[in-house]
Amino acid sequence: MSKFLKSISIGAVAAILAVPAAAQTFGLGRAALPEEIAAWNLDVHPDGAGLPDGQGDALDGEEIFATQCAACHGDFAEGIGNWPKLAGGMDTLDRKDPLKTVGSYWPYLSTTFDYIRRSMPYGNAGTLSADETYAIVAYILYSNDLIADDFVLSKDTFLDVEMPNADGFILDDRMETEFTKWVGEPCMTDCKDAVEVTMRALVLDVTPEETAAKAETVQVASTDTTTTAEPAAVAAQEQAVPAPEVAAADPALIAEGEKVFRKCAACHQVGDGAKNRVGPILNGVVGAKAGHIEDFKYSKALMTRAEEGLIWDGEALAGFLSAPKKYLKGTKMGFAGLKKDEEIAAVIAYLNSFEAE
Amino acid sequence: MSDTFESNKPNRRAFLRGAATAGVGAIAAGAAGAQTPDPLITETQDWAQSFGDGVDATPYGMPIQFEGDVIRRNVEWLTADTISSINFTPIHALDGTITPQGCAFERHHSGAIELKKEDYRLMINGLVDRPLVFTYADLERFPRENHTYFLECAANTGMEWAGAQLNGAQFTHGMIHNMEYTGVPLRTLLEEAGYDTAGKWVYVEGADASSNGRSIPMEKALDDVLVAFKANGEALRKEHGYPVRLIVPGWEGNMWVKWIRRIEVMDAPVESREETSKYTDTLENGISRKWTWAMDAKSVVTSPSPQAPITHGTGPLVITGLAWSGRGAITRVDVSKDGGKTWETARLAKPGEKMALTRFYLDTTWDGEEMFLQSRAMDETGYVQPTKTQLREVRGENSVYHNNCIQTWWVRPNGEAENVEVS
Repeated sequence: MSKFLKSISIGAVAAILAVPAAAQTFGLGRAALPEEIAAWNLDVHPDGAGLPDGQGDALDGEEIFATQCAACHGDFAEGIGNWPKLAGGMDTLDRKDPLKTVGSYWPYLSTTFDYIRRSMPYGNAGTLSADETYAIVAYILYSNDLIADDFVLSKDTFLDVEMPNADGFILDDRMETEFTKWVGEPCMTDCKDAVEVTMRALVLDVTPEETAAKAETVQVASTDTTTTAEPAAVAAQEQAVPAPEVAAADPALIAEGEKVFRKCAACHQVGDGAKNRVGPILNGVVGAKAGHIEDFKYSKALMTRAEEGLIWDGEALAGFLSAPKKYLKGTKMGFAGLKKDEEIAAVIAYLNSFEAE
Repeated sequence: MSDTFESNKPNRRAFLRGAATAGVGAIAAGAAGAQTPDPLITETQDWAQSFGDGVDATPYGMPIQFEGDVIRRNVEWLTADTISSINFTPIHALDGTITPQGCAFERHHSGAIELKKEDYRLMINGLVDRPLVFTYADLERFPRENHTYFLECAANTGMEWAGAQLNGAQFTHGMIHNMEYTGVPLRTLLEEAGYDTAGKWVYVEGADASSNGRSIPMEKALDDVLVAFKANGEALRKEHGYPVRLIVPGWEGNMWVKWIRRIEVMDAPVESREETSKYTDTLENGISRKWTWAMDAKSVVTSPSPQAPITHGTGPLVITGLAWSGRGAITRVDVSKDGGKTWETARLAKPGEKMALTRFYLDTTWDGEEMFLQSRAMDETGYVQPTKTQLREVRGENSVYHNNCIQTWWVRPNGEAENVEVS
């Protein structure tokens, strides 16, 4: 209590300095505990403040990058499809369509560490250790030819890395460079002699087709009807329609499973047009032989179990999903597992609603 | 890519759909009288004879089915994945200024999460006397304010830097919405924690997997930033940051952190990913501007436009659109029908409000001639919305964000409209 009063008085002094009127406080909220602050206060600043202990080099990083990052960013940080390119693009900033990467554009190395540790891997954020993060950052730097492969990145060496575009930024100068030009009474008549069309969106033709949007609308509308109309009325309607074999599946459980599947969706795709990503396609996985997707590179551990005849029936999937690394030692699947049995049952029901292609 | 005008489907389809919707009425419109009695009048219609829905048919209503095309739309080729992506508000089909939450554009970096009020925590730490944790219930006990503000993504119109690309106001200008927010001033929370005057910045981050952290100067944080939990009277929708988001009036949307979980008072900015590698503006010489937070004055004609063609023929025509400025209130909007040769001052539906959308109308008569429709906003600072040419002279074509140029719609004699650039 005395500490509280002391801090009040300090606060009062600060408040006087900051705002002329004494700031009112309400005594709401509770003190944040040191452990809580430590858990969330992870931001790393350009001067290296906030960097944790630990270290890593590009060689360590290459391996981690291949399993954790390469599915989107490419083996060499070159980016796949529309996913961000992390390397290359040096000296392109003053050209048409500059390529902005960690190497060519990012002014501070701290940003890379900060972002990877907190927000990556995509769909599995916050799971990398400090060592892994240092190693991945080192690999990205190496991919940009900014460090040698034996450079050990840690908080002690962090500021030794020179970022090529560190001096490439100026503060917002619109008030000086633009505002002064575009202020005042504008022209109302005879403002120009001729108006010629110089470019047309229809010629470029990149606008989404509205038919797709229409189809979505219909879908949305029908979902809405089933969820909001009175249950009795829906039941009556459903009886009138000949029920297909899906009647056996529990739609509520499948819907629940669809939500749970978001935890998987960063690495796995399912449904029409699904592709292998970090993890294999999961269409038809329930009841399938382990390792059944031919063009996916499974872990050795999984292939060994597959040869022993592992079938992904409900029991096996439940076991695997509850503790992947325990159930299948050596699996590439970097997922901690689903804690609740209901979640496991739901996600299996959801997966079971997709047949093999 | 070899398409001629005739073969371009989206526009054509939009036109035909519009015509079909207008139906018999459109043909009979104008000065000409009806030749035959209208069965909609002379015959008893179902809706005039039997019942409609009872109350509770829809405990929380959706728009009527006939408005089913007034929806957010995505441009798939823009991003790799819808989880980290953006869609667009159907501004071509809305009127007034308030954007319903259900069709207000979404931008997520790691998807729209589901965070219960009971599980919500907001931490204030850093240079404060009392690092604090608030629950949702705590926030509701601070004095509240109501304010209407626009939120514009810095990338709105960003695809148009190099030329006319997307054919519709929804796609060129739909990364915007305007809502009435209820919340607690950030200043109140900072005072509650006893912020240190050495703290020149606050860092704000979200509870989602992206965390989407941004640094905001203390001066702004103490001025008008809100920690909001309601929008347009109801709880924030999931996609808009339920249960609590940050409101940073007039400044780029990326700073309006959703699912806000932490506010740190700092002496220097974090220089996070979202404020260095993104949301910075590269000029022609390769040097990039940073900390370009304010959204400059801007406007667009929402109708007629490519998705909202003229279907009623010649005669009375309402030209309407939206204007806004991150530096204050809109004071005037001019409209040109001839691509900027001559301008007429439009009527503002209401006097402009600071950092909120302003609706304008030009009530006019269309003679059926082609038009090059443009709008030009002015705000209380005297700033006049620039042309694309003026913008490019200063910034080149390599910028992504903060494109507030004057937009041109080429309206053809058949009423169809197209996104074009003019000299």
